[in-house]
Amino acid sequence: MATGTALRCRECGREYPVAPIYTCEWCFGPLEATYDYDAIASTITRESIAAGPASIWRYGPLLPVEAPAGGALAAGWTPLIRAERLAAELGLGELWLKDDTRNPTNSFKDRVVAVALGKALEFGFKTAACASTGNLANAVAAAAARTGLASFVFVPSDLEAGKILTTSVYGGNVVAIDGNYDDVNRLCAELAAEYPWAFVNVNVRPFYAEGSKTLAYETAEQLDWQVPDHVVVPIASGSLLTKIHKGFDELHKVGLLADPPDVRVSGAQATGCSPVATAFTAGVDDVHPVRPDTIAKSLAIGNPADGYYALDVIRKSGGACGAVTDAEIVDGIRLLARTEGIFGETAAGVTIATLAKLAADGVVRRDERVVAYITGHGLKTLDAIEPHVRVTTTIPPSLDAFRAAFPALTEEA
Amino acid sequence: MAVTVRIPTQLRNLAGGAAEVSLDGSTVGEVLGALDGAHPGFGERLYDDGGKLRRFVNVFLDDEDIRFLDGLDTKVADGAVVSIVPAVAGG
Repeated sequence: MATGTALRCRECGREYPVAPIYTCEWCFGPLEATYDYDAIASTITRESIAAGPASIWRYGPLLPVEAPAGGALAAGWTPLIRAERLAAELGLGELWLKDDTRNPTNSFKDRVVAVALGKALEFGFKTAACASTGNLANAVAAAAARTGLASFVFVPSDLEAGKILTTSVYGGNVVAIDGNYDDVNRLCAELAAEYPWAFVNVNVRPFYAEGSKTLAYETAEQLDWQVPDHVVVPIASGSLLTKIHKGFDELHKVGLLADPPDVRVSGAQATGCSPVATAFTAGVDDVHPVRPDTIAKSLAIGNPADGYYALDVIRKSGGACGAVTDAEIVDGIRLLARTEGIFGETAAGVTIATLAKLAADGVVRRDERVVAYITGHGLKTLDAIEPHVRVTTTIPPSLDAFRAAFPALTEEA
Repeated sequence: MAVTVRIPTQLRNLAGGAAEVSLDGSTVGEVLGALDGAHPGFGERLYDDGGKLRRFVNVFLDDEDIRFLDGLDTKVADGAVVSIVPAVAGG
């Protein structure tokens, strides 16, 4: 029972019928799916969710599309892991990691693509498309293959080799554009007007973006229907952060949480692409676009579509927005791997390094239950970490050589 | 200065269906003002109640976002192309 009832402009409130459209004709504001929360509240229960599939579709009534038949677009229901070693290292108390590397193509983008392609199939599209910094490219190419759709994926030509390869393998069209993500994005807006395709993050974006809410739903359910005090979320377009916040609120609206949630939401960016963090620090409302220059390519959106809304959520929830350098990003990746055995991509490095900074500054507090979102797998961005890690030593296959290499080790008597 | 203004699909009805119009002005702001003068109705669609460009309206001078230039005060040369573009989605 999908209950996405209409689309509403986030700026001026004008409503539109459900269709593959994404901007308000009056003021060009972004459109967002609406729901009949009272109707959902009358049917959804913690038990009905628990009896559902181990994927985002367990929250079907809160998504704007019916679950596709046959479990074809399963994503989500990833582990929420208690991170005691990392917490100790950062001087924090109760820290959890939402490990979204464990999705079909190893990033949270499988969630949004599941919803987008479910809707695209419902609309009758034959081709899926996207503008991507890499993770979305993987997810769209794979989900299109799985559902029998053709695909056109547009990426900046300087993307990590690994992300190109792990997109191309699915057999769709991968078009590298000589330009940055914002150039790719602008081209895709033009293409979406010309070709009858489901551009997941253009004309299907109002539905696509809703998939990110499931990260909040799962977090609350996995905490035995409690919410965190503070979440730390990486920012590219800003959509993920705003939808996680929305997801917690909706759980209260439909009666799954007794009290209105009070979750501080903090954002994480790379200093090489930090339009939201810059606006936050400066105390201004205007999110000024930038030209990205960072190893965190999955977050390299200089003109973030939901930057205003992310900034608003951060401020109203009492969170903060931090930014970290490329060197700190690498340190963040290594810290996460070393303490928790989780290999995250550069966006994870941004999140962990920002968490460390906010913890050191006392913004994220020791008495808070904290959740950090690990949105993509480290195998996707090997280039970023390659110069910084190596084998401990290389030796001949002999006991003597090993002893010579590690003279300080204690051997059994 | 004769400048070409490219109009997005959503606003073409205000200009009698035209995708482009030719106008005069020495800055981007003046050109957009001339657009509203020639085709009343553009102003309220492009600007909010406070007189600022709506935040999901992007304006490009040739291929550059005017937020990377001098905003509405950006000088325009004869023959330049000003494009009104709905804000990008993406991400």
